[in-house]
Amino acid sequence: MSIRSHLETLPNSVQLLLALAFVALAAFPLVGSDYYAQMVARMMILAIFAMSLDLLQGVTGLVSLGHAAFFGLAGYALAFVTPAGEPVSLWWTLPLAVAASALAALVIGFLVVRTHGIYFIMVTMAFAQMLFYLFFDNKVLGGSDGLYINFRPQALLFDLEDKRVFYYFTLGSLIVVYLFLRRLLWSPFGRVLAGIRVNEHRMRAMGYGTFGYKLAAFTLAGALAGFAGYLGAMQTGFVNPELMGFHMSAHAIMMVILGGMGNFAGAIIGAFAFEYLLHWFKDLPTIGAFNAGKHWQLWMGLFIVAIVAFAPRGLLGLAERALRGKAKESGHE
Amino acid sequence: MSEVLLSARQLTKRFGGLAAVSEVSVDLWRGRIHAVIGPNGAGKSTLTNLLSGDLPPTTGRILLAERDITGHSPERISRAGLGRSYQKTNIFLPFTVWENVRLAAQSRAPRAGRWLARATGFGDTNARAERALELAGLADRRHRVAGATSHGEQRQLEIAMTLATEPSVLLLDEPLAGMGTAEAERMVALLQRLKAEHAMLLVEHDMDAVFALADRLTVMVNGQVIASGEPEAVRGDAGVQAAYLGEEH
Repeated sequence: MSIRSHLETLPNSVQLLLALAFVALAAFPLVGSDYYAQMVARMMILAIFAMSLDLLQGVTGLVSLGHAAFFGLAGYALAFVTPAGEPVSLWWTLPLAVAASALAALVIGFLVVRTHGIYFIMVTMAFAQMLFYLFFDNKVLGGSDGLYINFRPQALLFDLEDKRVFYYFTLGSLIVVYLFLRRLLWSPFGRVLAGIRVNEHRMRAMGYGTFGYKLAAFTLAGALAGFAGYLGAMQTGFVNPELMGFHMSAHAIMMVILGGMGNFAGAIIGAFAFEYLLHWFKDLPTIGAFNAGKHWQLWMGLFIVAIVAFAPRGLLGLAERALRGKAKESGHE
Repeated sequence: MSEVLLSARQLTKRFGGLAAVSEVSVDLWRGRIHAVIGPNGAGKSTLTNLLSGDLPPTTGRILLAERDITGHSPERISRAGLGRSYQKTNIFLPFTVWENVRLAAQSRAPRAGRWLARATGFGDTNARAERALELAGLADRRHRVAGATSHGEQRQLEIAMTLATEPSVLLLDEPLAGMGTAEAERMVALLQRLKAEHAMLLVEHDMDAVFALADRLTVMVNGQVIASGEPEAVRGDAGVQAAYLGEEH
């Protein structure tokens, strides 16, 4: 039933499809232009961000409307430690940036994971907005314009200034994070998080200190969002408060819903679909006096509503149903 | 040798002006079943919730194995060796029967830091879950999704999950509610078997089961204990007959 509906167990057909998608991603820079490869790299970064949120939203049942705070913070951490005239090493700045996000998530999580439902949504948003305005209003922290990162971090072994190297570094990160989270999902820790989503009351009655588990999940999700934020800042070469803004957090929620919650594969698909649709809707033509592209948020909103109404398991759920339908037809022979 | 595993002294729970439980004391002995009966709203479930930590008492003290657990969280009390089942089935409907019980068993060896290990690969946890599943008579239902099993099976699962945490004290809130005759008989037999190892509090409406099982009987009305003692003595008590047994029968 619902284990299925959450697609925690990915059917072989879906797994095969994902493996093919990863192969396609690996082949893309060889056939696509640099412009599109950069766009795909951005999608992969957002996919890592969406997966980190899915750990809270889809697995643990904690809907955070402030997750972008941790995405942005790691980017800022990189901006702060990068001097104007020379690059820094990836090998200490990446752990540092991830640790900064993890620490912020630990502190904020300590205060918010004791709340439930709508209160959790509101307080996560409140904390993210506080951070947003902290950076927005303080010139020392870059203010509303943000900060530039003049040089991408150096890795010694490979040159991240090279677009293709950066692309494969991001793809590798995406795959490692995905495989890690899939393992985590079936670990004792992951099973407890799923238990908390389904019935936190009973989990406590069975002896689980759910506060500690939720705090650990919140911190880990923050750290992984920071990982994505670091990659994002590295790619664009600048950070601004919008990275930790309300829209960024809301987009991540929509990505997870769009793709299908609770299995991480859906979050990846959701991130790609969201970014693709965003460009598609923005490029809509102007018909007479009506600029359809300018109202992309309206089309996106309608699309998400349609998905929620007609495909509650998201795009991955649709794909699974289509594949299963085919398998059944051929199975009748 | 019998011993008192759980001892509650003068427990009171007030909701505003209403005393749902008023000055109730109970001792639970290993090897004995202590049944609590009373009409709806008598405070039986509230008493259970006080003992399990789901609700903090307004006044009074609770000792579990001679340690004060008054006001402790449900998870701490569970880890200290108290297990409870719920009147309203309180399970993980989307999970399989096996995963429900396995998750309960995992609570005794959480291994929360083993992020890359498979949860189903731990022998001690699996053995605990297996034992509980067998005891509750659900071994042949393990692969079913809990939400797709019958009401009676869900009640059995409720008990299996409680047993999988290997408690020394068992609080069972109407374990027979909604069960068919055959299922109820099996449950009564199970409780008989569990009695030797556990101290048990049994809240139950099924009088046949109560008199078949109980070593001690407490009758509650309006949050107060109106009689407590040997089941036969309590049955004969005039006040009990008037207040409860008489009305019901």
